[in-house]
Amino acid sequence: MKLIKKDEFLNFVDSLIKIDPRRVIGVKSKGNKFIFDTLNSANELRLDYDVTILPPKKYFLPPTETLLKYDLTDKFSVEAVNEVTPLIIIGVHPYDLIALQQMDIVFRDTYQDHNYIRKREESILIGVNIQNVSPYSFAGSMGTATTEEGFDLMLTDLGDEYAIEIGSEKGEAILNKYAKIADADGDTINKVHDIKGKIASKFKKQLNFPPEELPKLLEENYDNELWEKNAQKCLSCGSCNLVCPTCYCFDVQDIVELNLRRGKRVRTWDGCLLEDFAKVATGENFREDRAARYRHRFMRKGKYLYDRFGFIACVGCGRCASACLPDIADPCKVFNALKEG
Amino acid sequence: MSNESIYLPRPATIKNITKFTESESLFELVMDDNRPLNHQPGQFVEVSIMGIGEAPISVSSSPTKKKSFEICVRAVGNVTRAMHRLKIGDKVGIRGPFGKGFDTEFLKGKDILFIAGGLGIAPLRSLINYVLDHRADYGRAIILYGCKAPHELLFREEVISWRKRKDIECHLTVDKVPEGEHWDHNVGVVTTLIPKIDFNPSTTYAVVCGPPIMYRFVIRTLKERGLAEDHIILSLERRMKCGVGKCGHCQINGIYVCQDGPVFNYSEIKDLPEAL
Ligand SMILES: Cc1cc2nc3c(=O)[nH]c(=O)nc-3n(C[C@H](O)[C@H](O)[C@H](O)COP(=O)(O)OP(=O)(O)OC[C@H]3O[C@@H](n4cnc5c(N)ncnc54)[C@H](O)[C@@H]3O)c2cc1C
Ligand code: SF4
Ligand code: SF4
Ligand code: FES
Repeated sequence: MKLIKKDEFLNFVDSLIKIDPRRVIGVKSKGNKFIFDTLNSANELRLDYDVTILPPKKYFLPPTETLLKYDLTDKFSVEAVNEVTPLIIIGVHPYDLIALQQMDIVFRDTYQDHNYIRKREESILIGVNIQNVSPYSFAGSMGTATTEEGFDLMLTDLGDEYAIEIGSEKGEAILNKYAKIADADGDTINKVHDIKGKIASKFKKQLNFPPEELPKLLEENYDNELWEKNAQKCLSCGSCNLVCPTCYCFDVQDIVELNLRRGKRVRTWDGCLLEDFAKVATGENFREDRAARYRHRFMRKGKYLYDRFGFIACVGCGRCASACLPDIADPCKVFNALKEG
Repeated sequence: MSNESIYLPRPATIKNITKFTESESLFELVMDDNRPLNHQPGQFVEVSIMGIGEAPISVSSSPTKKKSFEICVRAVGNVTRAMHRLKIGDKVGIRGPFGKGFDTEFLKGKDILFIAGGLGIAPLRSLINYVLDHRADYGRAIILYGCKAPHELLFREEVISWRKRKDIECHLTVDKVPEGEHWDHNVGVVTTLIPKIDFNPSTTYAVVCGPPIMYRFVIRTLKERGLAEDHIILSLERRMKCGVGKCGHCQINGIYVCQDGPVFNYSEIKDLPEAL
């Protein structure tokens, strides 16, 4: 573990911005909310944030991404596109780091999706331990309030300085190159350990049972009337999908230039709550019913992806809860209600 | 190869087009790199028409036919209609083959009852022709094929040749015979053929492909005839946007049709509420 004085940390970030060839992204404030955005100066960083509007997945699975481009004047002239901008992202909370690790598994499974993987491999993630808790978040009870992996560097605020855990050689390299650091002594290591140990208990909102029980609970409650009852208020707007760090479904479309000579194939974020998500060409819609779509998202988070990959695909960030106008998207409320029966 | 985009189609050239009906044609394709497709019967490819999009289409020919492969396309939307505007010599993009096809090893020595409704004959034909090319390896081959009306029969000449062969039993039906059309065979939905044939439930496997509504009725009738649930094999269709287990569109509850299917044993999926 290393130590860096706060003013030195700002110098470090400014050096990254000015000297390092990678683009530097960080958490900034926007109105009374927070976002991940390009940093122009270290002073813009807000490492005391509670949660950002969108998770950092937007850098690895962009809302719109070109997969292919082609020339229509030729009989068949197509090439793969992979627009990779190497990034350094500063201020990622543990639940978002864990969500990215889950996405890594999905995009590497069986067929390697290099459009995602290359962007991940070319980037550096600098995490920060949570200082302020979002009232919507329940990460403390999901086991995602802290993490020992998934970062290149991890910061913990110690008042006048940050403790830095090193998670990778890439992380260590930028520290050595751009930062004035000292080694942390045993006391500091204990202090960081202590701080991390207390983060989970700062969350007022809690899942009332261990998340490992979710797959079975959801299986038993597939026909629970709660789905129908809540879904009556659902606007099928898909916001709960779009803001979620573990939602990755996409649509694919061809877009042709006005001159009809060139075109590209793009993928865009899609959401299973949207009405046409499972509609096929014969007109059959395999999830026509709003309640079925509403249920699908929770089943996917707590059971389907668990069965497939072995993780609970909700990291408790609470973004969906705050994005849902009729206030029915909150997994914590829904899961607790199912548990109470 | 390992860094190649999983979304990049490879070019294939249309060698032949056989028009079956107003909206259905068979396209014979050759990969431009001359590599055989190496598919299993029942697998599908993603067919691209650049500038329009991509659609999952079953390979309709048997892998025993090596130099080219065939797909039977019904014009229903953007890609499939554009496909019908193409001519011999034009090119399409191909990704795949994808998914899990029919287990031709497992079926060896078994009697096979093929049941096709409408366009369901397209994926089924890859298995039928595979079995016919390895006839001695398989038991009885019984084909039940139903369409809405006589003029909608696909693979007409091939079906006639099946009916002439002594080593296959092929029964045809149409839902109804419109005025002015001629029909010598059964009239009624495809389920009405099932009681008319004799088969041994312990040695027979039914392989069923057709529109979503067909499955429920066919499965019920097969069960009434004593066929066990794990003796029923079917191929399912869902919306697909990637074919490689990423986009999430093809999910039936927790399973991905593009990866775990499209061919399933009925016993694997019967308890999935979203399956049938
Ligand atoms: C495993 C598998 C095998 C198949 N095998 C065959 C085969 O052998 N032969 C064959 O002809 N077909 C086959 N199909 C069906 C075929 O894939 C569809 O007919 C095809 O995808 C339609 O694409 P399209 O571009 O022509 O239609 P589209 O233009 O995409 O759409 C037609 C209809 O699809 C729905 N739709 C599509 N995109 C959207 C959207 N963005 N928003 C809302 N609705 C939308 C709508 O209902 C629309 O009316 C198969 C499908 C699967 C999954
Ligand atoms: S955000 Fe709320 S209203 Fe919108 S689709 Fe999700 S559950 Fe429905
Ligand atoms: S489901 Fe909601 S709380 Fe869970 S990870 Fe997604 S946005 Fe966060
Ligand atoms: S088609 Fe995309 S996940 Fe199956």
